[in-house]
Amino acid sequence: MNSLTKNYDAIIIGGGHNGLTAAAYLAKAGRRVLVLEQRHLVGGAAVTEEIYPGFKYTVYSYVVSLLPPRIIQELQLPKHGLHVMPLEGAFTPMEDGNYIASYSDEDDTLAEIRRHSKRDADIFPVFNIMMYDLARAVKPILTMIPPDPANPGLEGLRTLRDLGGHLKSLGKEKFHWLTKIMTMSAYDFLREWFETDVLIATQAQIGVIGTFLGPKSPGTAYVLLHYYMGELDGASSTWGSQRGGTGGVSEAIAGAARSFGAEILCNAPVKQVIIKNGQAIGIALENGDEIVGKTIVSGCDPKVTFRTLVDEKELPSDLVDAIDKFKYRGSSGKVNLALDGLPTFPAMKDKALIRGMQEICPSVDYLERAYDDAKYGGFSKRPFMGCIIPSTVDPTMAPPGKHVMSIFVQYASYDMPAHGDRDQQREAFGNAVIDSLVEFAPNIKNLILHKQVITPWDIEQTVGITEGNISHGELMLDQLFFMRPIPGWAKYRTPVRNYYQCGSGTHPGGGITGTPGRMAAAEILKDGN
Amino acid sequence: MRLTPFHARTSELCDVYNWSLWCNWLLADMYAPDHIQEYFAIRTACAVFDVSPIPKYHIHGPDAVRFLNRIVTQDVLHCAVGQVLYTPWCDDDGKIMDDGILARLDGQSFRLTAGDPWLYWLEDNSVGLDVVIEDVTELGVLALQGPNSRHLLKTLTDTDLDQLRYFHILKTELAGIPVEVSRTGYTGDLGYEIWVEPPQAVQLWDVLLEAGEAYQLIPFGDYALEMARIEAGLLLADVDFYSSKKVVYEFEKSSPLELGLGWSVKLDKEHFIGQKALQQEHARVPSWGTMGLEVDLNSLEAIYAGFGMPLYLPHEAWNEAVPVYSGGHQIGKATSGMWSPILKKYIAIARLKPQFTRPGTHVDMEVTIDAQHKLAQTTVVKMPFFDPARKKSLGQE
Repeated sequence: MNSLTKNYDAIIIGGGHNGLTAAAYLAKAGRRVLVLEQRHLVGGAAVTEEIYPGFKYTVYSYVVSLLPPRIIQELQLPKHGLHVMPLEGAFTPMEDGNYIASYSDEDDTLAEIRRHSKRDADIFPVFNIMMYDLARAVKPILTMIPPDPANPGLEGLRTLRDLGGHLKSLGKEKFHWLTKIMTMSAYDFLREWFETDVLIATQAQIGVIGTFLGPKSPGTAYVLLHYYMGELDGASSTWGSQRGGTGGVSEAIAGAARSFGAEILCNAPVKQVIIKNGQAIGIALENGDEIVGKTIVSGCDPKVTFRTLVDEKELPSDLVDAIDKFKYRGSSGKVNLALDGLPTFPAMKDKALIRGMQEICPSVDYLERAYDDAKYGGFSKRPFMGCIIPSTVDPTMAPPGKHVMSIFVQYASYDMPAHGDRDQQREAFGNAVIDSLVEFAPNIKNLILHKQVITPWDIEQTVGITEGNISHGELMLDQLFFMRPIPGWAKYRTPVRNYYQCGSGTHPGGGITGTPGRMAAAEILKDGN
Repeated sequence: MRLTPFHARTSELCDVYNWSLWCNWLLADMYAPDHIQEYFAIRTACAVFDVSPIPKYHIHGPDAVRFLNRIVTQDVLHCAVGQVLYTPWCDDDGKIMDDGILARLDGQSFRLTAGDPWLYWLEDNSVGLDVVIEDVTELGVLALQGPNSRHLLKTLTDTDLDQLRYFHILKTELAGIPVEVSRTGYTGDLGYEIWVEPPQAVQLWDVLLEAGEAYQLIPFGDYALEMARIEAGLLLADVDFYSSKKVVYEFEKSSPLELGLGWSVKLDKEHFIGQKALQQEHARVPSWGTMGLEVDLNSLEAIYAGFGMPLYLPHEAWNEAVPVYSGGHQIGKATSGMWSPILKKYIAIARLKPQFTRPGTHVDMEVTIDAQHKLAQTTVVKMPFFDPARKKSLGQE
């Protein structure tokens, strides 16, 4: 046993951004906190790595918007390096050489939509206000401790009453829209508003992110709303990139945690939670070391939290059952490129858009076909891609004149048996991505200095998230709020005393939100731990 | 209305036709639809601002030091060749008339910048002295600001810019164009100002922008500059204070001591205009102090919630003064403010009664919604709000 065998008030398993957030809040409240991270760096899926010398890849998660201002303030994250730059607009090339763009300035966006449909341009501001209102209506729910309606308890009843009052205050029209957005497909929902196919495609793609669903599958409208809840500096639904890559966000939270006294240990994979008489008392590391802690908190996904770290006999069988049925279905891959220069999109008339997001979703059918291709396993032959080139605004990412491109890709299955072994699968997937991108940016192939291809399986292998699902489990209505991860265990606690969960598999779910971490910490402190 | 020597290029790039006038010169407020991008370029990469409209005077001759020492509050006698001073100048009552930077180009030769034209006043005060004052406002000046600015400049010259210290100036060539480069700016970041003769101005712009492509250089306008200068705690004439020559009433005037500029007033040097008044003011407590305010977001959010609104944050700098209170009594005013996207703080520059200037003091700032006056809680802080080490540090190879 080494010098770490101190008594910790809390041991956090997993140095992802939620684990770090929980650690920061617990340390801020005066607890002695230790964070254990299996990899050599903190951040989990929010890391920056220099895979190819001189070029920084924002390896997995690549944009920030859902991190609430409250957490930024409470943890003083700017002091620790948070530096998020808003993306200037989005650009979507079409197959006929035309394109559609959106800007942070609404007038510019409307001018763009008007090129396609005057009717849709007239409606767009109304749609935006409605989405904004719905996002505001749902937002308070994100920071509610989810009550179990079947067994609410006094506090749960109070929350349900508040929730009821809140929903009632929305008024009839908004409540109906809310019901629709909770249940419809993104496509059907958007089709009620717009006629321009490419405009619907650019919105519908948001609804499929992180799910194994197509834009016409019910449930995707809610995901659209989930991402509409983001904000930067009070500007809603605005996305930004962190200086130096997304790892900088994790570093900032880790810096805050350390400033409050938390210890963070990397290269320290945890094997198991040590449980005695139904109570967690410490953890065992892979290397055999054991560390004692009063409270153990897992920032890992539900399957790891309940099935890997804890012996089955410690858990009720119905919970084991439910966790085994929890849907992951990782659907997104990532390709990171080191480029010798800037790629050219012939359809891009406004060159400033190269500093924003380039979205390869030229039509609704393109998106739906991408889903069709992948739903029997494998990957989309022509995938949906969300690209950013952070080096266009952030010189720390690449040497002068060179660039890095981050490509979020959907769909990619966890299993791709038709494409050979894992290496062959990765190769085939990476080729499909580049070949599809070349259709819209023909010079890109000649610029590639280095290519990193990541499949859902790779995410699982490296980061440890089951089936590589970026949200620690699909964001679907049946896996949200008091059902996340499973009914009865949505309040960050577990059947094992003093063992808690704080990852994205808990309410309110995925994205760099820090919210599960913050709320879990609050519940732990409430329990007097 | 006059056009700067870079106008042929800046007008091409200004997509939004958003211009205003500075001393009768045309100046871009912003180039792209969103000035936040320009702001972030200053703080993350590098950005260039056409600062040519700034009034500039070349002051030279055997009595140049004596003359300037009589005008400005800084000690010119101890200004080394190649050094640059920030300095205010005052009227006989010690009230600030303007401020600018003073560069010592050689033993008897200086260049002074100002917020407004002062040629006649300078000449009036040079009677009997062997000094020549020339208006050289035509000179082109580009402010190249941001963490990447040094890397970019170094690609254009063999001169060792790593050793050019903060508030110093040197002569060099950039891609063969003769220029002066000073380590100065109005953004509070690492940055340079490049001084060029008008005939070479466009060429300099082209060379800089072309080399800048690899360094994510973009042009920025006045809106982004406003944000950067507030974060840097740099006061703006006609906003945070008024020139005593431009206002009518006493209450509108202020002394450099009240503005927190006491560090740039060398009370004990040889005679200068306003010296006696400033010495007297220094002996008693100045009537005002200038400090930063940080707005408490919870209190602001609660105000907006009272109107059923989400928290609103000012993404453009504001510069209409609002009252500041303590215990229901007005104790000062906030003269400019903004939401700082880097600091994630709502900050403001404020003039406060001296007993409220201690950092940590809680005061209230007025917020108006629907013509109703509300009070947001704020905390008094020291300025600058944002002060990165790179602003002053030397370069490394």
